[in-house]
Formats: sequence, structure tokens, C-alpha cells
Amino acid sequence: MNDRTTERPERMRRSAPGDRQEPDPPPLAIPENPMAERIVGAAFVAALLAGFGLLGVYLLGGQTQVEAILLTICLGGIGAGIIVWSQALLPNRIVSETRHPLRSEPDEEGGVLAAPAITRRTMLIRLMAAAFAGLGAALAIPVFSLGPAPGRDLFVTPWRSGLRLVDDQGAVVHRDQIPMGGLLTVFPDGSPGSADGQTLLINVGAGLLQVAPDRLSWAPEGFVAYSKVCTHAGCPVGLYRASLHSLICPCHQSTFDVLRGAVPTGGPAVRPLPQLPIKLQSDGTFVALGDFTEPVGPSFWNIHSGG
Amino acid sequence: MADDAGRLEPGGGEQRGGDVERSVLPPVRRPTELERLADWFDGRTGFGRYARMALRKVFPDHWTFLLGEVALFCFVILLATGVFMTFFYTPDSRPTTYHGPYAPLAGAQVSAAFESVMRLSFEVRAGLLMRQIHHWTALVFLGSIGVHLARVFFTGAFRRPRDINWLIGVTLLLLALAEGFTGYSLPDDLLSGTGLRIAYSAALSIPFIGPWLASLIFGGEFPTLELISRLFVFHVMLLPGLLIGAIGTHLLIVYVQTHTQYKSRATREDNVVGLPFWPGQVFRSVGLLFLTAAVIALIAGLIQINPVWLYGPFIPYAVSSPAQPDWYVGWLEGLLRLGLPFEPTILGVTIPSPFIPGIVIPGILFTILLLWPFIEARATGDHAEHHLLDWPWESPIRTATGAAGIALFLVITLAGGNDVIGVFLNVPVETLTAILRVLFVVLPVATWLLIYWLASSQRRRRAAGADTSHIRAGGVAIRRTATGGFEEIDAIEGDAD
Ligand code: FES
Repeated sequence: MNDRTTERPERMRRSAPGDRQEPDPPPLAIPENPMAERIVGAAFVAALLAGFGLLGVYLLGGQTQVEAILLTICLGGIGAGIIVWSQALLPNRIVSETRHPLRSEPDEEGGVLAAPAITRRTMLIRLMAAAFAGLGAALAIPVFSLGPAPGRDLFVTPWRSGLRLVDDQGAVVHRDQIPMGGLLTVFPDGSPGSADGQTLLINVGAGLLQVAPDRLSWAPEGFVAYSKVCTHAGCPVGLYRASLHSLICPCHQSTFDVLRGAVPTGGPAVRPLPQLPIKLQSDGTFVALGDFTEPVGPSFWNIHSGG
Repeated sequence: MADDAGRLEPGGGEQRGGDVERSVLPPVRRPTELERLADWFDGRTGFGRYARMALRKVFPDHWTFLLGEVALFCFVILLATGVFMTFFYTPDSRPTTYHGPYAPLAGAQVSAAFESVMRLSFEVRAGLLMRQIHHWTALVFLGSIGVHLARVFFTGAFRRPRDINWLIGVTLLLLALAEGFTGYSLPDDLLSGTGLRIAYSAALSIPFIGPWLASLIFGGEFPTLELISRLFVFHVMLLPGLLIGAIGTHLLIVYVQTHTQYKSRATREDNVVGLPFWPGQVFRSVGLLFLTAAVIALIAGLIQINPVWLYGPFIPYAVSSPAQPDWYVGWLEGLLRLGLPFEPTILGVTIPSPFIPGIVIPGILFTILLLWPFIEARATGDHAEHHLLDWPWESPIRTATGAAGIALFLVITLAGGNDVIGVFLNVPVETLTAILRVLFVVLPVATWLLIYWLASSQRRRRAAGADTSHIRAGGVAIRRTATGGFEEIDAIEGDAD
């Protein structure tokens, strides 16, 4: 307790106005301001009335806008009253106070930590650190319980060879549903609404696609299917400008050229949207020839080596 | 205990001179990494002077002062394991079908909450261990709070100025009970559902406000779909928040008021005798934390607790028997079991049977407990500050009252397990309850008289010949001097008679 008076004499003096070393400050003058008093009083009365009004509105069944206005008056009245009180009716005197160095005074016993008693036993300190490291290793068990190993989850989608293309309701998609220049979001049969299986089926018309010959066979009669998951940060690529044959991601405006294998032509995306190999059946429906040949969606560190 | 290694040559500070160069670093040695880090922090916050005061706080050197610490450490363990379980728990009463690996319940209709507890127990690595540690720690938590409270009570540590901390302490006990009960109910198994059903009926039994209160707490007529999510918010947010605040205040007040101490030759009302917090007491406390955790881990890993899969999911029309709550709720259950079949209707107002045993008596007991410091001060006329502890025989009335309270607690806790005891002793439950009703009155009174007699005769004997056996022979005590340093107290040395 004693060192408090030696360490912080300034502050002690300030908080104890009757201290002998300084003359007593003059008694604070309390401002007279009848007008302000009336304003404060009126604000508080308004708050009181609005509060009970709010209760009444609630009992009568409630009306959101009226409730909001009354709540505003109630809270605002209390706030305004207190502010006016502080500005007009409280003694506001500017004071100046010396700024003290932050650093603590040196310790006659050498260091806050009384370290030598401990640091002398270097070996034991290291062993204690090792023991805590052991505990940390043991705690990995609960930490690793928090989620499964990523495994191959990022590399695969529900698409498999022979799965029919269905819409978000699970109904089989027919070529007649997609006119020239049109597109539809499709899913593998059995997984409608799948987050990583979502795919855009676009009818660009035969002969326009400029992709590698093997990929051309994946797009029968100008029906081409690309993953709908943006390769930038995973948003669904939701906009299609048919006149330019470009897909645009609404999140950060990455643009993909549908005719050239959905390579990015603008925005922050780097990888093309993976193309789904599909086949057009004689009855006008589509089946997948397999999963995407590369991971869909945003990149991760081993996207190229881990596959 | 010679502490020479901790002292450095004085006078080093002068050689460095200059205000800018001032530093808390020791002048002679090369500072360690830890000290350099402390110095970096101090240069930006001036924290060192407060840390120094805190680190030098004097701790009493008696094992009974560790009981509260055990409770604190249990709370730390509860927070850590609780956070882990929160990641897996689903606070949702909606029904779902169980498809997990536990075959006996395959295809059973369970709530999403129950299903998530099953998944945590059977499918999450270390999940069952965490759950059992959490539950066992809760039992030890309440137990250590109880023993700590008993120590404070029987030594009179609650007297002024610590009456304020007694109020906070009893509040902490109530919060811990509520925290335990809400947590116990979260798995939504058959047993916990029964407990909630009873709690609902107790709330309902309060005259005039009961139906409104029960509906506001439970979100409608029991069982409601809101119940589990509500209990969850109580258990993981509101109650822990209040507990953290109250524990912080409790410790802050201990720090500001300093500890009490047992009477000895070195201790007086106007000094604080003990060991400084740093480094010795910090080491002891951290060690105790780990030992507490170790013992609980052993128990929790080896002894099954609350196997909800055996109880099954909560179904409103089913009940398990024998139905046993956790030990700290048993007394409330016991009061209900001892309650008389008494349900008068006065002027159209019915006083439901659970009201008196379930609400009134616990209310009275907790009020007496909470206000005890003030009751005692009023009765004895002693309103002075006390920093030296009483030995239990020095205040026979207080000690007898505390013992009677413990006897009462034991009787009603036993009553809470009357079905189990009845089976065990092969006595009909009705007979047992009749006996316990008698004991409910007789045992506390008999205990009070016996302990009063023991304590007073002990006090007389002690007064006849001054006793010094409680002063350790040959010990070394350090006293904090007015300048903040330490000095040895010679009076103790060679005190062996
Ligand atoms: S997510 Fe599509 S552009 Fe960023």
C-alpha cells in the first residue's frame, strides 16, 4: 500500500482535493440555467409518455412503424435530456494534468519476475516446456475431431459416368428445354441441388465451339456443360450474355468465354470453368460420361499436384 | 527456503543513470527472453508496477485455502471441454430418426439434440472422454464450492469486511447450481426430461404468478419445442457470462482485501503473513490445476457417467426408475419426496403440493445462507473487522448451526435417493420416507445440540491452558514491509516447546 503514495503522488493529489500540499480549489460553481432545466424536464416527460404509449400500442396489437417512432422518442428523450443536462447544467472546467512516463520504476530486487530463482534451473525449464509440448500434442486429438480429413473431397463431385442430367427438382432435362442461346442449371441424377455438382448446360449451337478436338466430343450438337462454381472464390456463375457467349460471375466480375472452353477473359479468376463430358441420347436427354477431369471451384495449395 | 538466488546486487541502477534508460530489467545479469518481453510490454503500458504488486501478493500457507482454487480450476476445465462440445451439439428438440452406430437405438425417434449427443459420444474422436470429463468436473465443481463454503463458514472468514464476498460466493453457488441443472438437461434424454418436467411443475406451483412464470421460462406448456434451445442459451451464454463476471469480482475482492489467516504467533489483525504469489505460489497453483485436471481425467476416463444411450430419448409419457439426478440437485428432489400431501385451497387460491418443499423451503434455506454474516453480526453485536480466523470451537453456536445445516442437507439428499436406498436395504419406500421425515426434524436438532456441547467444552479446555500446537515449529515466515520488501519474522523460529 505504501508504494502507491510514492509511485503516484500526482494522481493521489488530484483525487484527494483536501491534500495539504495544494490550496483547496475554489468550490465549483453550479451553472444557473432555468431554460435548460425546462428543456431537460420536457425531454424526460416526453420519454415517459412515449414509453407508456409504446406499451399501449403493444397491448392494442402492435404496429411496427408506430412502435419504432415511440421507441425513438423514449430513448431519444432520455439521451437528449442527459446531454443537455451535462452541457448546460454541470460545471464544465477544463483541467490540465502532467503526463507521466509509462515505464515502471526500476525494481530494487532486480526485475519484476524475480527471475533468477527460476532461470537458474535451465534444464528444468526446458523439460517443463517439453512437458507442455507433450500436452499440446495430446490436445491434437480433440482438435482433429472437429472435422474429417479433407481426403479427396475437393477433387470429386457427384458426377459419374452414365448419370442423367436433371434440373434442380430432379426432373430429367430434355434438349427441347434449352433453345439456342439458352442455358439451364443441371445436376447429376440423384443429387439435385448439389453444391459442387452444379453445372451449366448451354446451347451455343453446333460449329461455334473452338475447343480441343477431344473436348469437342464432350459437347454434342453444340450443347456444352461447364461447372457453375466460379474458379475464383466459389460463387455460382449466374450471368450469361448470350450475344458475347460469355459467362459472368456476379461476385467479382470474372468473365469466362463459353466458346473457348470457358477460359477467363476478365476479372480475378485464373482457371477455366471445368467442362463436364456429356452425351446426347437418342431420346433427347443427356448423360454424363464421367466426373469433371479437374477440381471444380476455387484453388487450393495442392490442386495441381494432389489430383 | 533461503532465497539468496533471487537477490541481485543493489546499486546497479545508478550506473546506468538517465531517465530514458530506466528499465525494469535487472542491472547485472543479461536479461532473459521472458524479461525482455515483460520490459517491452512495460515500456508501452507501465504495467510492471501493477504486475509487481500483484505478483507479490501474500498468499496464506495453509491447504484449506486451496479449496476455492480447486473450484476455479474446475471452472477452467468446464470452459475448455464445454467449448469443444459446443461444436458438436445441436440445440434442437425437433424429432429425427437415429441412424448411428449404437444398434439398440437404431431407427428410434429421437430429438436432434439427443442425436447430436449420441454422435458426440460414439462417433467423435475423444468426444465421449470430453463429455465425461465435463460432467465429472461439474460434480467436482459443485463439491469444491461446497467444501470451500464450509471452510469459510466454520472459520468465520465471512465476517466484515468479507461479508460482501460471501454474498458473491453464495450467488456463485446458485449460478453453478443453475449451470449444472441446465447442462444436465441438454442431452434431452429420458432422465433429464423428467428433471425438467419437475422443475416446470415447481415453477407452476407458485401462487398467482406460477402459470405465467412457467410459460415465460419454458416458452409455453411443457414440453415445448423452444425448451432445448433456450436451455442452451442459458447454459453456454448467460450463466457462464454471469459466472465469469462473478468469479472475477470474487477474486478481485480477495485481492483488494487480502486473505484471512489462522491465528498464530506471527499473525495479527494488522498484518498479512504468507508466501508471495510469485514465484512459489504460482508454481503451486499451476501444479494444482494440472493435478485437479489429472484426477478428473482419470475418473472421467474410467467411470461412466450419464450414459444417455441407456436412458434413451425423452418421451413425455415414459419415465425411468430409479430416477436419480446429479448429487447437487438430489436435495431439491429429496425435499419434494419428503413433502406432505398437503394442498389447501384458501379463498379460491390453491397452494399446490410442490410449492412448500420445492420453492418455499429452498428459498428459506438459501436466504439464511446468504444473509448469515448479517444474522450473526446482529446476534453477537460484533460488527468489527476480522482478519484472523476463528477455530470452529471458538464460536460454538456458529459451528453447531453449520453442522445442523450439513445434517439437514444429508437427510434431504438421502431422501432424494429413497428409492435406491429402499431397494438396497429391502425396506418399503413409504417406511423409509416416514423415517426420513422424522429425521428431517430430529437430526439437525440433535446435531446442533451435540456439536454445541462438543465445541463449548473444547473452548473451555483450550481457555484453561493456552495451546500453541497449531504454530509450526522451525518454520520461516516472511513479512511484507512498508516499503514493499520482505523480511523474515524471527518470532516463529525455534518455537518448538
Ligand atoms: S467468385 Fe466469381 S469472381 Fe470471385
